[in-house]
Amino acid sequence: MSEHMKLFEVFLRSKRGLDHKHVGSLHAEDPQQALEYARDIYTRRSEGVSIWVVNSTDIVASQEDDCESFYDPQDDKPYRHATHYQLPEAVNNM
Amino acid sequence: MSKEMIKQYAIRLGDDAVVQGHRLSEWCSNGPFLEEDLALTNVALDFIGRARMFYSYAAEIDGGDFTEDSYAYQRDCREFTNLLIHELPTGDFAFSMARQYLMDEFGLAFMECLESSSDETLSAIAAKAVKESRYHLRRSRDWMLRLGDGTEESHNRLQKAVDDLWGYTAEIFELDELEQGLANEGIAVDTTALKSNWETAVAAVLGEATIDVPQGDWSIRGGRQGMHTEHLGHMLSNLQFMQRAYPGQEW
Repeated sequence: MSEHMKLFEVFLRSKRGLDHKHVGSLHAEDPQQALEYARDIYTRRSEGVSIWVVNSTDIVASQEDDCESFYDPQDDKPYRHATHYQLPEAVNNM
Repeated sequence: MSKEMIKQYAIRLGDDAVVQGHRLSEWCSNGPFLEEDLALTNVALDFIGRARMFYSYAAEIDGGDFTEDSYAYQRDCREFTNLLIHELPTGDFAFSMARQYLMDEFGLAFMECLESSSDETLSAIAAKAVKESRYHLRRSRDWMLRLGDGTEESHNRLQKAVDDLWGYTAEIFELDELEQGLANEGIAVDTTALKSNWETAVAAVLGEATIDVPQGDWSIRGGRQGMHTEHLGHMLSNLQFMQRAYPGQEW
């Protein structure tokens, strides 16, 4: 593999109405080629109807060090959870 | 139009597909990088699938003990009627991609025509193949541009590949008595009618890839009559080994 090949993250929508989910990554020269490889690698068994590829370097990720300030404060705020609502049957895929 | 002629035609198309598919499958685990390896193997499988459909149809017309496997595994070189270009060894990556591009450009136009064949089964197989072929062409055309307009080495390798392949493209557009007869009935594709469009499309892509169109001062033919290059036998010894060593073996 040539050294300058870029890393891309692949997101697939498995069917209409659902959102794209991250399924993995791959190397390609450019976004167009990444899209084609994503088709060949991740949709061989009819896994998707739509593909997104994103330059991995374009993803801004939270850091392990941020855990304390990012997530811990939520633990003692149960009133933010909609646990007392009953979901109607008709609402799927939520 | 005799069913026997349609059977022979189906076998020819099956032979093209199985030989093309096998050559592509030789890249499996040898691809330049993982992503391309998988993509190439996908394309190989498309052609093996095509071969199965054409051979099954031939076996159905035959009505005897022959199955799709018999055609692939139990016939010798002279009985294979594939176009010669398919059987040439894999070569380097540029050679494989150049062959794939030249044949994809032809294959898509061919399948689009076969889709309107008056033979329902051939038409149905073509309808499925057209979708695959569009993708194959998109891939191989892309590689032509990358390699031709890439580094000096990739350019030189691609130019050499196109030069070495060019003489094998002539027979693609020639009809013998069998195919002419079937074409007159609207069953087979009249490939002579596809030539000028193919030449125009190929010249445009080669131009964009900064590759010179070869002079076309030599040509080799004979595949449809079972007259092959020395390469097919070696390929078949590999492809057919298991069935030759263990006849009827299943797993």
